[in-house]
Amino acid sequence: MLRRHPHNGLERTLALALSAAVLFIVANSFPFLSFEMKGHVTQTTLVSGAIDLYQQGKAELSVLVLLTIVLAPLCQIALLLYVLVPVRWNKVPWQLPDAFRLLRHVQPWSMMEVFMIGILVAIVKLMGMASIVPGLALWSFVLLMLVLTGAVASFEPEAVWERLEKRR
Amino acid sequence: MSAAAAGTALAAGCASCHDCGLLARLPGHGAHGARCSRCGAELHLRKPRSLERTWALVIAAALCYVPANVLPVMMVTSLGQVQSDTIMSGVIYFLTHGMWPLAVIVFVASVFVPVLKLAILGFLLVSVQRGSSWRPVERTRMYRITEAIGRWSMVDIFAISILVALVRLGNLATIEAGPGAVFFGAVVVSTMLAAEAFDPRLIWDRRETRST
Repeated sequence: MLRRHPHNGLERTLALALSAAVLFIVANSFPFLSFEMKGHVTQTTLVSGAIDLYQQGKAELSVLVLLTIVLAPLCQIALLLYVLVPVRWNKVPWQLPDAFRLLRHVQPWSMMEVFMIGILVAIVKLMGMASIVPGLALWSFVLLMLVLTGAVASFEPEAVWERLEKRR
Repeated sequence: MSAAAAGTALAAGCASCHDCGLLARLPGHGAHGARCSRCGAELHLRKPRSLERTWALVIAAALCYVPANVLPVMMVTSLGQVQSDTIMSGVIYFLTHGMWPLAVIVFVASVFVPVLKLAILGFLLVSVQRGSSWRPVERTRMYRITEAIGRWSMVDIFAISILVALVRLGNLATIEAGPGAVFFGAVVVSTMLAAEAFDPRLIWDRRETRST
């Protein structure tokens, strides 16, 4: 047997996607690291790194960072909700195949777990020269990573197709 | 048609939809323009022009790999002094400061993984073009490895983006992303696109059945 569907698979994915949406808002609203050196304090949010890269004339890197840690996860959450909310009440979302296609193509570009290692590397590099304080957003980012990975892993387009085909 | 291809979807003139996975019978063998009855995506027996696209991206990545490692990825300005860091010098920094687990992580993610990926993809491309029937299971496994590991090369780019955002203390200390980082990003993106462009089913096709 190649594929097996849990009975409430779609509902579980929907629950995870909703939690991911809340965590995404928190993770992007607060600074995730603060840095203190000789009385100067700087804070960084997920987006501010990309903005700074852009201001240094590295637009390509800025786009790449923004895409992989903000836009791709946002796109995944939005698409999951866009598909699962109507399907939950037996409605067919508009342009459903395109939503699936986009979801599948966005997935490799969502790199939150890689970003976590990047944070680790950056913290260790700065450890000697200043004190670093993790912020609220860092913890919600870790949770977001876990929840969204769970949502994407538990989501089966086949289950949606089957439910919609049964309905007809 | 060789014996090896008998019983495959290719031999039966069937194609699995790239997008929704539905197995459909193609109207004519290798016909173009057929569409999936469920989701409307164009059906292909194999990813179209997979080898050409993969070669192009692998070559592009290999070319960018050189400046990515030679040029500085990061410039640290501290009290008027500028210090340039390449990827390797970052690894050496961790090593000399006794943080060898991080040295290993950065070395594997930024130096080893891109080379491994390019080597595997190059090998797969050559073996498919020569119609090799050598160990298809192992070669398919190698392909899966390249698909899974490519994203981890982004570690350095992310670390730089965080450092740049945190360390901006005017004359005291600033960190700027270097030109090497741009090339490095290009390596990661093109190897990821290359892995996506390659069709692992080609590994299983014999030379004589691949004419379509």
